[in-house]
Amino acid sequence: MSHDASFTNQKFKVIGTRVPRPDGIDKVTGRARYGADATAPGQLVGMILRSPHAHADIRKIDTSAAEALPGVKAVITSADLPDKVGGRRDMLDILENCMARGRALYDGHAVAAVAAIDAETAKRALKLIKVDYKPLAHVTDVDEAMRDDAPIVQPWVRTAGGDPNKPTNVAQISQFGHGDLDAGFAEADVIIERSYKTEQTHQGYIEPHACLASVGPDGQGELWVTTQGHYTFRTQCAALLGMEVAKLKVTSSEIGGGFGGKTHVWMEPVALALSRKANRPVKLVLTREETFRGTGPTCSTSIDIKIGARRDGRITAALATLRYQDGAFPGIWGMLGAMTAWACYDLPNVKSVAYDVLVNRPKVAAYRAPSAPMAAFAVESTVDLVARELGMDPVDFRLLNAAKEGTRASYGPTYGPIGIGPTLEAVKNHPQMKVKLGPNQGRGMACGFWFNFGGQTCSTVNIGVDGTVNVSVGTVDVGGSRASLSLIAAEELGVPYESVKCTVADTATLGHNDTTEGSRGTFSSGMAIIFACRNAVQELRARAAKMMDVPVEDVHWENGQAVALGTQHSNLQPLTLAQIARKSPQTGGPIAGHNEVVADGAGVSFASHICDVEVDPETGQTRVLRYAVIQDAGKAIHPDYVEGQFQGAAAQGIGWALNEEYIYGKDGRLQNPGFLDYRIPVCSDLPFIDTQILEIPNPGHPYGIRGVGETSIVPPLAAIGNAVSNAVGVRMTHVPMSPPRILGAIKAAR
Amino acid sequence: MKVALTGPIRDALGGLASIEIEADTIRELMQRLEDRYPALAPLLDAGIAVAINGEIFRDRWGEVIPRHAEVVLMPRIPGG
Repeated sequence: MSHDASFTNQKFKVIGTRVPRPDGIDKVTGRARYGADATAPGQLVGMILRSPHAHADIRKIDTSAAEALPGVKAVITSADLPDKVGGRRDMLDILENCMARGRALYDGHAVAAVAAIDAETAKRALKLIKVDYKPLAHVTDVDEAMRDDAPIVQPWVRTAGGDPNKPTNVAQISQFGHGDLDAGFAEADVIIERSYKTEQTHQGYIEPHACLASVGPDGQGELWVTTQGHYTFRTQCAALLGMEVAKLKVTSSEIGGGFGGKTHVWMEPVALALSRKANRPVKLVLTREETFRGTGPTCSTSIDIKIGARRDGRITAALATLRYQDGAFPGIWGMLGAMTAWACYDLPNVKSVAYDVLVNRPKVAAYRAPSAPMAAFAVESTVDLVARELGMDPVDFRLLNAAKEGTRASYGPTYGPIGIGPTLEAVKNHPQMKVKLGPNQGRGMACGFWFNFGGQTCSTVNIGVDGTVNVSVGTVDVGGSRASLSLIAAEELGVPYESVKCTVADTATLGHNDTTEGSRGTFSSGMAIIFACRNAVQELRARAAKMMDVPVEDVHWENGQAVALGTQHSNLQPLTLAQIARKSPQTGGPIAGHNEVVADGAGVSFASHICDVEVDPETGQTRVLRYAVIQDAGKAIHPDYVEGQFQGAAAQGIGWALNEEYIYGKDGRLQNPGFLDYRIPVCSDLPFIDTQILEIPNPGHPYGIRGVGETSIVPPLAAIGNAVSNAVGVRMTHVPMSPPRILGAIKAAR
Repeated sequence: MKVALTGPIRDALGGLASIEIEADTIRELMQRLEDRYPALAPLLDAGIAVAINGEIFRDRWGEVIPRHAEVVLMPRIPGG
């Protein structure tokens, strides 16, 4: 049955209430089962040997001594992972990242793996593997990697449209924009140009990557894994190992954070290959050091911004040149920076040029609104400088130039109803803006944008004979979606929230579901559940008609009950869902609803943040005094979780802005692969983060839902950058704004 | 109808800002792009998105394109 996804502005009964989270007790009592919590009879311990070099030819790997060690059941190298994908470049890149193929491309690149009866034996086996490396020149800085004399990371890479015979580290150049840039700058009374850098950060999820893999001699396999997308993991692992999709069952564990870092495979194909070779289950749990060195952080960047404006405050032209490093494999991260850079503004003449650049660092992965925070840092810092030059209030300047319904976005389409203007108005009226600042204190604000998207989704609703409801979804619960999706089922069926149990199903149970990324979980599974419930209601009406012995077209569904309408049925009492369910064995068997949908139509979202800081001028230490997040969320299904997403995104952004960075030595090795030296914020580093939800409905969803989870990591780098710059009186242009960088900027300005 | 091009799609067609093409659905649009512009094949194979009157579609190929709609071809966007 087809359903209309349009927003209907219906009145809700349970949507928008703050019900208890269904996973809370399991998580605080330790009963929740994460990636490392699965066991299987006869399981082995898997471990990976990693390159100590930033870039090296692998001349030979001798595994004989490791294989001879008692207790070792399998040793694998890239020879055990042959090309099963017909040379398809994107899949080969994934395979090569999982296990080096003749060359180690970064410090921490996997070169071999073992499976042994215990961890001690596995460690000893790793030490017995002899790898003959020939170190090569390396490059880890994005600007250095673009120089003509830079070491080449991937000899097969050519820039599209460039010299077909010349290897390069520039994998892609992407341009977006419209209008006449030269004419726009000629019209400007004020032109400001600045250059910025941001360092590489990790998503910092608390749970490292972990899985339990089992492949039998019959070609059937199972994978228990911490992931944001078990269906995608199934597709990728099956392809890389030459397995049939239906014969690999993947179950997602509880997830201890992902934020984009668990959207595609890292060591899972290795665990499956070890299991296949050993004919035993293999558990593989990465250490924190391995998670930093061998999985995907976000990019470091180098960005130039140029903005021209008239004296009346209108921006006449805007140009961004963005250089993003993708790690050792081509990506589209610079392109995303170019698409998002100017999305908050209504600009007549605008251009973004992005360079995706290879370096000898780990393959970059998505990180919450990938690529947008760095572009926003550069753009929003320069926007503040232009406002200051014009003598305008920075919020008023943004409001004057903000995108609105009918604005042609810098990345192409024309906006429908959007919320950037309302978030800026809310900033103006926010109480924090009236708090008087003291010595060494500064206030900053900034805007941010993220696309959001939906994608392939499949859900089932099963009604039990006691009237309780099981909801099966295929989107991983990364941020509370089981609560919001249970609320949606309760709303549609007219049953209490407590009667609904939502489960993330394994890959053998439901059809394909796209990965939980792009803030799609509640948007897309919510849409599928609404439609599945409406299908179930059709069946409930039919069963009620049988029980009442009336035509089904006379039975309507109202407030969770089947009601026979018409004076001829006035003697019939309504039937509740529970009453209909109780008789289901006699009226046709189980009652269920199912839906599969491509949930396109996700609405874009915007956020504006306010930050107050105090900077110690002697140490350069920054303390965040107050922080407020205002975001357009569409309809907030479960406001606690929406606020939690806002706060979590801001907290990650604060860490990124002030402390976090990958630090590489001259030898190209990562120097701080641990939480002691790579410091993410803890509770004592953060103020209470105030939140304000703006509910501007998405016309493309029956409930008006927009994606929520990503947008609010976009403004913090810039909001904090503007606050720190205002506190110290020097424009900060390099993230993180760690104490040495702040002291250096103050000293340089004297 | 006029179809606007952005980013790598625009670059693949030599910097063209837009093309004229007739299609009633996204499926027809994709088919005609494939037939008429071989240079787009790698991008179409990897997947692109279509914005129709501002709404972005990645996979819903049955979507009808209204007459006089604004149609923009965009890169397919991942998330985190």
